[in-house]
Amino acid sequence: MTTITENAVPSPRRTVKDEMVAFAIMTALLLVVPLTGVYPFFVMQALCFALLACAFNLLIGYGGLLSFGHAMFLGTAGYCTAHALKVWGLTPELGIIVGVVAAAALSVITGLIAIRRQGIYFAMITLALSQLLFFVYLQTPFTHGEDGIQGIPQGILFGLFNLSKPITLYYVILAGFLLGFLIIYRAINSPFGEVLKAIRENEPRAVSLGYKTDQYKLLAYILSGTLAGFAGALKVFVAQNASLTDVHWTMSGEIVLITLVGGLGTLFGPVVGAFVIIAMQQYLAGFGQWVTVIQGVIFVVCVLTFRRGVIGEIAHYFKRSL
Amino acid sequence: MRNTISTALLGTALSLAMAGIAMAQDKTVKIGSLSDQSGLYADLGGPGSTLAAQMAAEDSGLMAKGWKIDIISGDHQNKPDIGSNIARQWFDVDKVDTIVDVPNSGVALAVNNVVKEKNGVYINSGAATSDLTNAQCSPNTVHWTYDTYMLAHSTGQAMVKAGGDSWFFLTADYAFGAALERDTTEVIKANGGKVVGGVKHPLNTADFSSFLLQAQSSKAKVIGLANAGGDTTNSIKQAAEFGIAKGGQKLAALLLFITDVKAIGLETAQGLSFTETFYWDLNDKTREFSKKFAARMKNGAPPSMVQAGVYAGLIHYFKALEALGSNPHDGAKVVAKMKELPTDDPLFGQGKIEANGRKIHPGYLFEVKKPSESKAPWDFYKLAGTVPADQAFTPIEKSTCALLKK
Amino acid sequence: MSINLQALSAQLLVGLINGSFYALLSLGLAVIFGMLNIINFAHGAVYMMGAFAAYFLLNIAGIGYWPALILAPLAVGLFGMVMERTMLKWIANLDHLYGLLLTFGLALIIQGVFQNYFGSSGLPYAIPDALKGGMNLGFMFLPIYRGWVVIFSLIVCIATWFLIERTRLGAYLRAATENPTLVRAFGINVPLMITLTYGLGVGLAALAGVLSAPINQVRPLMGADLIIVVFAVVVIGGMGSIMGSIITGFALGIIEGLTKYFYPEASNTVVFVLMVLVLLVKPSGLTGRAA
Repeated sequence: MTTITENAVPSPRRTVKDEMVAFAIMTALLLVVPLTGVYPFFVMQALCFALLACAFNLLIGYGGLLSFGHAMFLGTAGYCTAHALKVWGLTPELGIIVGVVAAAALSVITGLIAIRRQGIYFAMITLALSQLLFFVYLQTPFTHGEDGIQGIPQGILFGLFNLSKPITLYYVILAGFLLGFLIIYRAINSPFGEVLKAIRENEPRAVSLGYKTDQYKLLAYILSGTLAGFAGALKVFVAQNASLTDVHWTMSGEIVLITLVGGLGTLFGPVVGAFVIIAMQQYLAGFGQWVTVIQGVIFVVCVLTFRRGVIGEIAHYFKRSL
Repeated sequence: MRNTISTALLGTALSLAMAGIAMAQDKTVKIGSLSDQSGLYADLGGPGSTLAAQMAAEDSGLMAKGWKIDIISGDHQNKPDIGSNIARQWFDVDKVDTIVDVPNSGVALAVNNVVKEKNGVYINSGAATSDLTNAQCSPNTVHWTYDTYMLAHSTGQAMVKAGGDSWFFLTADYAFGAALERDTTEVIKANGGKVVGGVKHPLNTADFSSFLLQAQSSKAKVIGLANAGGDTTNSIKQAAEFGIAKGGQKLAALLLFITDVKAIGLETAQGLSFTETFYWDLNDKTREFSKKFAARMKNGAPPSMVQAGVYAGLIHYFKALEALGSNPHDGAKVVAKMKELPTDDPLFGQGKIEANGRKIHPGYLFEVKKPSESKAPWDFYKLAGTVPADQAFTPIEKSTCALLKK
Repeated sequence: MSINLQALSAQLLVGLINGSFYALLSLGLAVIFGMLNIINFAHGAVYMMGAFAAYFLLNIAGIGYWPALILAPLAVGLFGMVMERTMLKWIANLDHLYGLLLTFGLALIIQGVFQNYFGSSGLPYAIPDALKGGMNLGFMFLPIYRGWVVIFSLIVCIATWFLIERTRLGAYLRAATENPTLVRAFGINVPLMITLTYGLGVGLAALAGVLSAPINQVRPLMGADLIIVVFAVVVIGGMGSIMGSIITGFALGIIEGLTKYFYPEASNTVVFVLMVLVLLVKPSGLTGRAA
C-alpha cells in the first residue's frame, strides 16, 4: 500500500549537500525580497504560513500522523501573544515566549489524548479537539469573541528593532522563520528523527526493539504544536490582530492543503506550498466567491494525480530528497 | 556608483515636487468597497454595496465637474487577516483613499486600525459593533448605518411601550450577543419592564427547540433574539414550529435584515418585530432610488440598509470633497469636513455626524407583514414606530471615545 | 437550579430528536467506513444536498415532501455513486488518509458551488401539511413533525441494521469487507458492491438532510459544522458496529439535550468533552475494535 508519506522515504542518493544548496537558495531569495518591490506584507504572511506548514509537516511527514486541528496551536499562540502585548504591555520577545509556551502547554494536553489513536481516528480527534477550543475561545472574554483582539502594538524587539517599520519587521519575521525551519531540520536529522521514521514505517518492530513509541510520537506532536505556536506568535506582528479565523477548522484544512500542494513529507514543500496558496488567496481575490471552490479542486487534483506535490515531483524527477 | 545614486535621488526629489504640484489640484478619488462577497453578508453587502458605491459616484455630479472617481471591490471572506491585508495593500499599492462597507465586526475593527494608521477615510456601513465609535473610535472613521446600541434601544423601547414588558432572551454566547442583551436589558428596565430569564446558546446552533421550550415556559411576553445570521433565522423558523406566536408570545429579533426575512419567508416571519434604519418603501425618495438600484442588481433585489448606507455615506463624502475643492489625500482632514457639514441624502434624510464618528438618523421599528398583506415581491414590512434621531444612538456624553476628551 | 421534572423530560425528548440526526449521519459514515475504509468528509455536504434536493423537487418540479423523502436520497445517492466511480475508486489502494483529504476537497467544492448560487442565508422549506401543528404532551408542546422525525429515523436505522446484519446481501457485504479477494472468487461483483455501499451511506446522509429541511433553514453550510460533531460521535462510539453507531448517535443527542438544560453554554462542546473522556478511558471507543 502506498503510504501518505512516500515523499519522506529518502532516495538512495539523498545527500545533505542538496538540502544545503536548496536552503541557501531559499534564504538568499528571501533576503533580497524587500529590494524587489514585491509587497513585503504578502511575503511575511506567507512566511508565517510556511513555518506553520513545516511544523505540521514534521508530524505527518516524519511521524505519519495527520493532524486536522493544527489551527488550534496557531490561534492559541496568537491570542496569548496578542493579549500579552496589548493588555499586559509586554515587550515583543516576552510576548512571543508567552504565545509559544501556551501552544506548548496545549500540545502536551491534546497530545496525551490524541496519540492514543492513529490514522483517520487521529485526524478526527485533532479536528474535534480544535473545534472544542474554537468554542472555548468564542466564549472566553479575553479573546473578545468575534471582534477579536485588534490594534496590537508591535513594539520594539530586544529594545533595538522597531517592528512597526515594515523592513525591520520583515527581517525579524524572516529570522524567526529560518530559526523554526532549522529546528525542524535538526530534529529530522537527529537520532530522534530516525526513531520517528522507524515508528512510522513499522511501529510493532520499533516497539520490539525497545522504543517507547508513544513517547516519541508525543514528543513529535509537542514539537510540532510548539513550532506552529511560534508561527502563530509571529503572525500577530504581521496581521496586528488575533481572531477566531485562526482557530477555525477551515484554517486547519488550509494548512493541510498548503502541505499537500508543496509535497507532504518533503523538507521544502510546505514553504513552496505556503507561497502558492497565499498568492492564490491574494491574487484570486477577484474571483471572490470561487476561492473555496478552487481550493477544493486543488485538493481533489492533488490527491488524484499530484500526490507528491510540487517539491515531491521535482525531487522524484531528479531522484533526490528535498 | 555615487553618481547613479545622486541622480536617482534627484529624480525622486523631482517627482516628489511634481507630485506636490499635482496634489494642489488633485481631483482623483479611489474608493475600495471591501465586503463579504460570498459568505453570510454577501446578500446584504457584497456586490450590492459596490453597485451602491458606483451609483453614489454617478449621482454625486462630481464627474461632470472634472473629478475622476475609481471604485474597486474586494472580498474579505469574513477573515480579519484577509480584510486588513487587502486594506493595507489598497493604501500602499493601489493608492486607495477611502474604504466603505466592511460588514462583520471582527473585520471592521481590524480594517479600522489599518485606515487610521494609513490616514485614509473609512465609512463603515455593514458592521454592528458600537466599539467603532466608542473604545476604538478613530478620527478617520464614520460609522454610518446602525450599531448594537441603536438596535437594542430602538427595539427594546418600542416593544416595552407596546406592552411587551416582560422579556426572555435567547442570546448568542459571545461578545456581540452579550452586548445586545446588555443594552436591551438596560432600556427595558428604564422603561419599566423586566427580564424574567434568558439562555445563552453557542454560536451556530442548529437546534433551538430546547431553548424555545425554556422560553415558552418562562411565560415572558417577548422573546428577544440577541443573535445574528443563521442562528436568528433558525430560531425564528423553529419558534413558528413550536407555536410561540400562537401561544401569545412575541418574537423580537434584535438584528435582522431584509435579506433574512426573504430567506425565512413571510409565512414563518410574519408578526416579527425588529429595527432597521432604512427600508426601500419608506418614502418617494427611497422608492425612486430602490427602483433604479433593483434594475441594476442581478437578482432584482432592492437595497438593504447596509447598501443604502454605503450610498448615502459616499454621497456625503463627495460633498465634503467638493467643499474642500480637491482631494487632500488626508483622511482625517476629509472626515473632519464630513463631521462639520450637516448630512442630507435621499435615503436617510437630514442628519449629522457626531465627533466620535457616529452618523445620527432615526431608527424604524418594523413588523413583518402577513403573506396576504404583501402586494409585491419585496413588500415585507409595516412601519410600527419611529425612534427620533436624537434618541436612537448612544448619547454623545455616554460615548467612551477618546476623541471626545479634548 | 432546581430540577424541574417536566422540563427535564421535555429536554430528554428534544435531545432524542437531535440524536436521530446524529444516528442517521454516523450510521452512513459507519456503512461507508466498513466497506471503503475511508472517513467520508463530504458527509456534511451530501446531507446539505439532500435538503436542497427536497427544496428543488418542491419548487421546480412541484414534488412535495413525501415523494422527496425517497427521491432526494436516491438522487443524491446516485451522485455519490458517480463520485465513487470517478474519483474515490482510484485511490482505494492508497493510504486511507487520502480518502479523507479527497472527500474534504469534494466537500469544499460542493459547499462552495451551492454558496455561489444560493447565497448563505438559505431557503425556506415548509413543514408538510399532514405533520403541521403539535400536541400537548402535558410536560411539553411537541410539534408533530419532530415526533415523526424520531420515529422515522428509528425505523430507517433498524432497517439498515437488518439489511447489513441479517440479510444475504449484508452477509456478502460484511464478507467483502473482511476479504474482498475471496468474495470476488465466489463470483460476486465487489466493485459494484462498493459503489452501492457508498451510495447507501450517502443516501442516508441525504435522507437526514430531507428530514431536517423543514426544521432548519436550507443553507449551503448547514452540514459543515455538523460533520465535526458527527466525527466526535464516531470516535466515541467506535466504528466497530452498525448498532454501536446508532446507539451512540441517539445517546449523544440525549446528553446534549441535558446539557442544554443544565448548562446551555456548553451544549456545543459537551460532545467533544465526552470524546476526550472516552479516549482517556477506552481509546478504541465504546463499541470499537482496537485500531
